[in-house]
Order: sequence, then structure tokens, then C-alpha cells
Amino acid sequence: MLDGMKGLSFFVWGCVALLGTAAVGVVALHRGEPINAIWLVMAAACCYALGYRFYSKFIAAKILALDALRATPAERLENGRDFLVTNKWVVFGHHFAAIAGPGPLVGPVLAAQFGYLPGTLWVLAGAVFAGCVQDFVILLFSVRRDGKSLTEMAKEETGRIGGFVAYAAVIVILVILLSVVALVVVNALKASPWGTFTIAMTIPIALLMGIYLRRIRPGKVMEASVLGFVLVMLAIWGGQFVSQNPGLARVFTFSAGTLAVLILIYGFAASALPVWLLLAPRDYLSTFVKLGTISLLAIGIVGLRPTLHMPSLTRFIDGTGPVFSGKIFPFAFITIACGAVSGFHSLISSGTTPKLIARETETRMVGYGAMIAESAVALMAIIAASVLQPGVYFAINSPAGIVGQPPEAAAATISSWGFPVTAGEMQALAHAVGEQTLYNRTGGAPAFAVGMANIFSNSLGGQAVMAVWYHFAIMFEALFILTVLDAGTRVARFMIQDAMAHVYPPLGRTSWYPSILATSGVVVASWGYFLWQGVKDPLGGINSLWPLFGIANQLLATVALCVATTIIVKMHRKKYAWVTLGPLAMLVAVTFTASWHKVFDPSPRIGFLAQASALAASPATNETARLILNNRLDAVVTAALVMMVVLVLIESARVWIGVLRGNKDARVREVAFVMTRLAEEQ
Amino acid sequence: MMKQITFVARTVLAALREIFDEAAYARFLQRECQESSTDAYAEFWRERGNAYGRRSRCC
Repeated sequence: MLDGMKGLSFFVWGCVALLGTAAVGVVALHRGEPINAIWLVMAAACCYALGYRFYSKFIAAKILALDALRATPAERLENGRDFLVTNKWVVFGHHFAAIAGPGPLVGPVLAAQFGYLPGTLWVLAGAVFAGCVQDFVILLFSVRRDGKSLTEMAKEETGRIGGFVAYAAVIVILVILLSVVALVVVNALKASPWGTFTIAMTIPIALLMGIYLRRIRPGKVMEASVLGFVLVMLAIWGGQFVSQNPGLARVFTFSAGTLAVLILIYGFAASALPVWLLLAPRDYLSTFVKLGTISLLAIGIVGLRPTLHMPSLTRFIDGTGPVFSGKIFPFAFITIACGAVSGFHSLISSGTTPKLIARETETRMVGYGAMIAESAVALMAIIAASVLQPGVYFAINSPAGIVGQPPEAAAATISSWGFPVTAGEMQALAHAVGEQTLYNRTGGAPAFAVGMANIFSNSLGGQAVMAVWYHFAIMFEALFILTVLDAGTRVARFMIQDAMAHVYPPLGRTSWYPSILATSGVVVASWGYFLWQGVKDPLGGINSLWPLFGIANQLLATVALCVATTIIVKMHRKKYAWVTLGPLAMLVAVTFTASWHKVFDPSPRIGFLAQASALAASPATNETARLILNNRLDAVVTAALVMMVVLVLIESARVWIGVLRGNKDARVREVAFVMTRLAEEQ
Repeated sequence: MMKQITFVARTVLAALREIFDEAAYARFLQRECQESSTDAYAEFWRERGNAYGRRSRCC
């Protein structure tokens, strides 16, 4: 009987492997004719299934030795608040909702300028061999340390430098992340009265939800979220009347600069207002829309099986792309970032999640499994971008500084690259989605929205409702992003308050308003500076800021993998250290090469210093001095990040060598084994 | 079959209740032996406001 089951399992997994190989082969080798998206879905499903079934099981058994009998902090320290034994599926949902943000939607859309193939391969391989591994091992190591954070683990296992760098990297990443996502919203909403009205309405809707929860139906969050969702849908529907009414349209039509100022004011207010009033209800609403839309998009893609019009590889793999500059290596990797591996996930894996895990064995499903789901979201973004005609994709995503401002000039430039598009075609598309223009909408969000509207309108409602679907997609992304802005500003504020408490203790009091206002101001001014820089950048801002964000994010993953490798070496599993050393080496190669290019590349479109020199040599305008300063500042930030990570690498390598030679303490800082009571109770 | 559907529906509902903090509020009420009210909800947020604000959301 047992042999029969084994044989069946071998047969089934053999078929999955064969199917996966065939699908990846079709995706990778197909040239010329458009390909159906279902091949990407099939390749992904097989890779994820094989990765989860075999690779994560190998890691769980051979390296981590997951022990179902070992009590987790959720059991030992259960207090009904932070520490709580929770059903594994519930923890999975909670963890996925926390790690899924706008990054896996925006990055893959931008990287589609290389074609659909590079992004697809990195999203699959990066997730299975790097991202999922990082999330899984960090989650387990945090569980074995009473839910300690990455910075605490770095300090304990690799030394003080590791802890300090992880802390500094988190602050820098937050600042750059907040500026870049704010820029994505600005680019999506500029000169768009419909979109701006819809997003503006989400603020009073969130406040209304907060008051509803506090005063009318205390604690009925799902009820309030449904109510908020209905109101948001009404706002989307009503937005078309705003855009059609000249008077109202004027009120809601803003330039990029004005939108940036409004978002800065919003960020400051959201950080200073009570959590229950704005942050929490917006978070609930965003999660509600996020989970629903991702599920709907997945159903739409599988049900409709759209054709990908983007070629597998474009001519821009040589680094001359209009969306962002730089060759396929390393820029495809740092652009995709979160969809394959995200350093930020290590903060979630060592934050709330380890305090909810009931059994060690569940870390595999939660850590490895949730990252697979996130990677699938990134793949959907690649599909959404690739269903567009390439000419349309480049017209939306290329800055005016490259393709020219007049529609005819832009269409002619893009057509000359071999991606035909006409001004009339773009005008018709803009009209179909209820916008005045779709040119120069850099940042990825509008392209994703057009792709998503395309998929949705083909399955639900037809072309007549394409404008509603487009603005639904814009609202979905902006809601995501504004939630990250609210939460990120507040998290950075708390981190600065914690640090400032060492200098002047009252500054550490999170309820003391002078401290709240001062630290909120510092955080908002920091990301506001970079946002303003992006808004005023003649190359569209995304070209400079998204790579900076990608580098920072991947460098944090480098720190997380250094910590993980150190612990694995100390656990005397050195022969398996390649599991984390491999992705670590890849990330070091990618981030260090990208950083080198962004700082020293002689092309002004890539290197910050070369751009500063080019600006200095060109005729001076009112903006020149500021642009030169911005480029030099970007170069300094990039170099500083790399230097910090070099220190962590050196510190970690010293520990590894010391442990392997036997002259360093190999003790890991795990809490002692305590037998679980859950097994008996069950 | 019906049993499995019920199980899945229950699990999804439990996950949503946890994600949307309804479960946390229910635990709070149970721990504090209180009925749901505006005062109880305000107290719930006083207790967890800081921790909630420190929760990272990913990019």
C-alpha cells in the first residue's frame, strides 16, 4: 500500500516537473508570435509547487530541523495581545496581507521594458531560491528567539555593526520607499480629475469608517470595510461626472507639484492623527480591496487567458530603455525587487508573524508559502503590462524628456524603435479610460491600470466600462500606496523617537505631541525632499528613484541573508550554508554592480555623478544647481548604503571563519527547548 | 464535501476576522470581561494604538 502511494506520488510529481519544464521552455524559447499568458501561469504553478514540495521541505528537514514538539513563543508567552497561538491559515492570511504591497505590482511593470521573459524568470527563480528562503528562515529564527526583530538578531548573532546597519538601512529604505511610491501616485493622478477625485474621497471615507467603528458599531470592522468599499465604488462611478463637468474638473485637476505638496500634507496629518481615526480604517479598506482585487485579477487571467503582445525580449536589454536606464543585468533584478526577494519581508517575518505561529512546522507554509503568493502577484503584474501593445506600453511609461512632449513626436519616436503606435490610437485609448492623455504617465501604475482594465473589461462589462475599471485599478494602487505612506511614516517616526529617547528622554514618548509633530516633520521632510526631486526631474524621477529603492530594498535582504547564514553556520550546518549563501552572493553581485553603475557610470542617464557633470557643463537654468545637488546626494546615499552593507558582510564573514576555525563562540542565541503542550491538548 | 466547504469557509472567516482585528477585539472583551461598547472600543485602541502604529507594511 505504502509503495503504491509512493509510486503514485513519484508519478504525479514527475508529471508536474515535466509540465513545468515544458511551460518554462515555451516561455523562454518562444520567439516571434505573441504567446498566451496561460503558459506563464502554468510555468509559475509548476515551479511554485515543486519549490514548495521539495526545496522548502529540504530546508525544513536538513537545515532548520523544524520541531513540532518545541513550544513556540505564541504558546509560551501567550498574553492574548501580541503573543497568541493562531490557526496556521489565519497566520498565512495575516502574513500575506502584511507583505503584499505596491512593489510587486509596480516593479515588474517597469521591468517589462526588457520584455516579459527576464521578469518572469527572475520572479520565479528569485522567489523559489531567494525570496521564499529568506522569509522562511528569518521567520523560523525569530520564532526560536521569542519573536525578536531582524535588528536584534543581527546585533546578537553578527555583532553591533550588523544591528546598527539593519536599523539605519530600514530608515533609509523607508524614506526612499515612501518618496518613490508617493511619486507613483503623483504621476498617476496628475491632470486626472477622475482619479484625483476618487482618491481624495478615500480620505473622508476612511475617516467615516473610523468614526463608524468608534461611535456607531464598535469593532465591526468587516461591516465597516464593506460599507467603505461600497462608498469607494460610488466615488469611482461618480468620478466620471466630475471629469465631465468643466467646473468640477478644474477643481480636481492638479499639476504634479501641487499633488506632491498635497500628499506631503496628507502624510504629515496621517502620521500625527490617532491610529483609529485614519491609519487603521484606511488599512482595513486597503486590505479588503487588495485581497478582493488580487483574487479577481487571478480569476480574470486564468479565465480569459489573454495574449501577451510584448515580445519576450526587447531591444532595451542593452540599457537604452526609456522607462529606466541600465542593462538587463543588474537593473532587471533591482527593478523587480519585491516580486522575487524583498528585504522588507524580513521585518514582517521578524515582527508580528513569529508571535502568532503555533508550531515550528507551520513556518514553512507561512514564510515560504506566503512569498510564493506574493510572487504570483508580481507575475500577474507582468501579464497585465504585457497584454498591452508594446507601443502603448512605451507611450505610457516614457518620460517627455526622452520621447518628446507633443503626441505626434512621442508616437513617432516610439514607432521608430520598432513598436508602432499612433497619436490617434493613444487618444482613443485615453478617451476609453476617461483620461485626457496617457502620455508620459511614468511610474508603472497607469500602465498596470490600463492592462488590468483591459483584462477586466474583456471579461466583465466590455469596452463600455473600461474607464470604470481603469479608475478602479488606479484607486486600488493608490489606496495601497497611501496605506504604505501612512504606516511607513508612522513606523519611521517611532524608530526615530526610539533613537532620540537616548538623547532626550521625552522625545521617546509616543504620546507627547511636540515629539510627535517634530519627528513626523523630520520623516515627511526627508521623503518629501526625494519626492520633490522626482517631480522636478526632467527624466521623470522614476529613472533615479526606483533603482535607488530597489538597491536599498535588496541591500536589506543582503543583511537578512547574512544573519541567516551566520545562524546556519553556528548551527553546524555549514555544508548547507549555500542555501542562503547562494542568494546572498547573487544579491551582492546585483546590488553592488547596480550601485556602481548608479554612482560611477559615464552615461548621464545612468550614473548620478555623470548626470551632475553633464548638468554642470550645460547652459545653466534656475533648476541646474538644485538638480546637480540632487544627483550628488543620490550618489552619496547609494554609496553610504553599500558601505554599510560591506561592513555587515565583513562582520559576518569574520564570524563564519571564526566559527569554522573553532576560535569563535558558535553558540546560537535561541531560547531553550520547552516541550509543547499543544500536542497533548489536541 | 459539505463538511470541507464549511471548514474552508470557517477558516477564511477566521483569517478575515484576524486580519481585520475583530478577533483581537473579541479577545480584549473576553479578557476584560466587558460588553462591546464605544468605551470598550476606545479602551481597546488605547491599549493597542502604539503597537498597531509600529506594524510594518511591506512595499
